[in-house]
Amino acid sequence: MTGLFRPGTSALHRCGAGTKLLLLAALTTAVVALRTPVAVGAGALLVAGAYALARYGLRTAAAQVWPLRWVVVALVPFQWWTAGWQAAVVVVGTLVVTVAAAGLVTLTTRVSEMLDVLELALSPMRRIGVSTERVALVLALAIRAVPVLATTYGQARDARRARGLERSPRALLVPLVIRTVRHADRLGEALVARGVDD
Amino acid sequence: MIRVEGVTHAYADRTVLRDLTVDLAERRIGVVGANGSGKSTFARLLNGLVVPDTGTVSVDGLDTRRDGAAVRRRVGFVFADPDAQVVMPTVAEDVAFSLRRQQLPRADVSQRVSAVLQRFGLADHADHPSHLLSGGQKQLLALASVLVTEPQVLVCDEPTTLLDLRNARGVGALVDELPQQVVLVTHHLDLLDRWDRVLVMDDGRVVHDGTPADAVAAYRALMGGVG
Repeated sequence: MTGLFRPGTSALHRCGAGTKLLLLAALTTAVVALRTPVAVGAGALLVAGAYALARYGLRTAAAQVWPLRWVVVALVPFQWWTAGWQAAVVVVGTLVVTVAAAGLVTLTTRVSEMLDVLELALSPMRRIGVSTERVALVLALAIRAVPVLATTYGQARDARRARGLERSPRALLVPLVIRTVRHADRLGEALVARGVDD
Repeated sequence: MIRVEGVTHAYADRTVLRDLTVDLAERRIGVVGANGSGKSTFARLLNGLVVPDTGTVSVDGLDTRRDGAAVRRRVGFVFADPDAQVVMPTVAEDVAFSLRRQQLPRADVSQRVSAVLQRFGLADHADHPSHLLSGGQKQLLALASVLVTEPQVLVCDEPTTLLDLRNARGVGALVDELPQQVVLVTHHLDLLDRWDRVLVMDDGRVVHDGTPADAVAAYRALMGGVG
């Protein structure tokens, strides 16, 4: 979500964010509820077909599930040993298929379109005074904060190293917290300047 | 016209602006001064980000204390650090975010976003993650996101401080060409060469107010001949 969207003209790119999120929910529910290797296999075929429809290759699909590699490495032998190979296929397969499907939705959908869907989904809550626009904004800010925090963390880590304090948690955490709070302060000011609170 | 009358402002027990009175009517106004001289607080007065402890600030007759929202619609603000100003994950989405409250039809938003990105040389980056832009491009995005709402006045608080000389000059040239009235707070004195008026601030006061050449000379003298 922090910039995984890739513009394109495929049917999946043109499809509405709400439809894609509903299909993702349906696929996830079906695979989790059925809990059979056949269901996982069918799900995997569907997701593979969807990647092809969006004109993404195996490399892009693999990149979406690559962060799961250590979980898979740990889960497969454990599940196999405790519950058999079928359980290993179902548990790990469900995880991989659903993450790949979610990754595809992210690849083909702008964050702003997702936020529009979220605002629409939350609209009944306006009756009890919930500002759906503000909820969507908070989510957008959280997504935007990920790369900012990663950069801040990298800077604080480098500064700690430059001072020869590699083993000091304080030398990392204090500047990280201070810079993060300062960033939040500046961001708040910028939002006011852009009329968000008006 | 922007009118600042008898403004004093303090953060806790530190007074940063002292009985400041100035009218800003020229199209291009620069503000220079040492760190801590009060120029950033002065800039923040102009669109109501800071409401003065005493005195008044008005923009075309609108009081920033009473009509803050209306003032902010007229006066756009660009900060030194674009990372703190860019809200949305992609370039086009961030520009569109500025138009969200105007509730324009989607096609109009798209057209205005495309036009402003084209103007700022960011059209090829429309769907790029905003955090992956270079420093100069991020500042251009921050400018584009403010200018897409077509404010009548633009206040820039050290928009080139984090940029190298080439990017600073690029941003300066773009600001120079804007049809809006611009108030530019900067340490890059060469950006103000052809401006109408430059204020020099020191210890919360305007200590010199004149042409760029005179003001820059006064500022250099104030700094003890530095630079």
